[in-house]
Amino acid sequence: MTINKQSNLYTIVYIAVLAVVVGAALATTSLSLHDRQQQNADRDKMRQILAAARITVPADSIIAAYNRDITEAYIVDAEGKRIAGDAFAVDVDAQTKLPALRRQLPVFECRAADGELKYILPVYGSGLWGPIWGYVAFDADGSTIYGAYFAHKGETPGLGAEIEKPAFSNEFIGKTVFKQGVFMPVAVVKAGQKPLAGEDYVDGISGGTITSKGVGAMLSDCLTPYAAFLKNLSQKSN
Amino acid sequence: MAEKIDNKSVFFNPFSANNPVVVQVLGICSVLAVTVKLEPALVMGMSVIAVLAFSNVIISLIRNTIPTNIRIIVQLVVVAGLVVIVDQLLQAYAYDVSKQLSVFIGLIITNCILMGRLEAFAMANRPWPSLLDGIGNGIGYALVLVIVGFFRELLGSGTLLGMQVVPQCFYDAGYVNNGLMILPPMALIVVACIIWIHRSRNKDLQEH
Repeated sequence: MTINKQSNLYTIVYIAVLAVVVGAALATTSLSLHDRQQQNADRDKMRQILAAARITVPADSIIAAYNRDITEAYIVDAEGKRIAGDAFAVDVDAQTKLPALRRQLPVFECRAADGELKYILPVYGSGLWGPIWGYVAFDADGSTIYGAYFAHKGETPGLGAEIEKPAFSNEFIGKTVFKQGVFMPVAVVKAGQKPLAGEDYVDGISGGTITSKGVGAMLSDCLTPYAAFLKNLSQKSN
Repeated sequence: MAEKIDNKSVFFNPFSANNPVVVQVLGICSVLAVTVKLEPALVMGMSVIAVLAFSNVIISLIRNTIPTNIRIIVQLVVVAGLVVIVDQLLQAYAYDVSKQLSVFIGLIITNCILMGRLEAFAMANRPWPSLLDGIGNGIGYALVLVIVGFFRELLGSGTLLGMQVVPQCFYDAGYVNNGLMILPPMALIVVACIIWIHRSRNKDLQEH
């Protein structure tokens, strides 16, 4: 018996079998690789947190370096009080969708190369094509930025994607977020311009205006809820 | 099979005489997207070679069972499945590279070279020539990608593979990176220059 390959039944059965086979192949791949991918993602997150505190380590010793240098990780609320939970597991993306008062705000305390304690705070926002995120490390005075790390999902290479380069993130070093006791996150402006309110600023990327603006908005949105926590730090250190 | 297929020409033709980008002008969109820097261009080229080779073989193996009225859908499903698997493998074993390429890997699905080769070659040929055809076309594509990426990174950023090659004294003497090279239009202009040079050396490709 020969099969009529032009019949509707053959077509429907064929596509159904194909869908099942491809679906099974994809599911198997995804399941068998999930643990490895999660490990990679966790390790990459540790690397980014350390990078904000200006600690760079080779890929194979990231976990050891993280366990050594990150002395404590905890969550605070918008009033700066500690709340229970695992800081590393907090989904910063989901938290930024909540009103500032209800967010869980992770803090990573890190012993940096200069021997001082640094406070690393995660930030998350959107650039031109997709999400951008990063980590900002503060000195113990709660105001001076010790280091910053930014990353992106799919900004334009050579333009918006330059935010992940040290040339950009190093501009933030030494900027302060408290001006005469008032909290003002660092602004990102076009080269040659200055923000009106007198806050500290860094130059944006030319040709990457929307991504640069995204970084500014991200810092303002994600660091402002930490204002109480940072204020407590600065009072403690004085 | 009526005409005899010469495996050697199947493999080497796409390098120059029948190059998918320069002669057939396919896959221009990704040339534009991934060639700002040399490194993504290289990895993208390798990924396309892998996906093209495997999908050509798979389609060639099942070519006699595919119902003709849904053949494009079948090709698309196979390509999409392979691209997702490549993406997952990169995430598991080459995390840094996969982060760099992010969306571009997914965009291999829409690369017209793939559909073109599946439809024009794999549907009508045995698996072994199809494999050669896939690898050959992938290399032809990757070659153009690397040439364009080379010039755009060198002239646009003064670097190659992220390393500074234009010495600082050039900048001190007033040399400035050409910012236009980073922008998408220059990809098309560089490709056009390559086509121009290529056609002027291959008289038989010229149209009158």
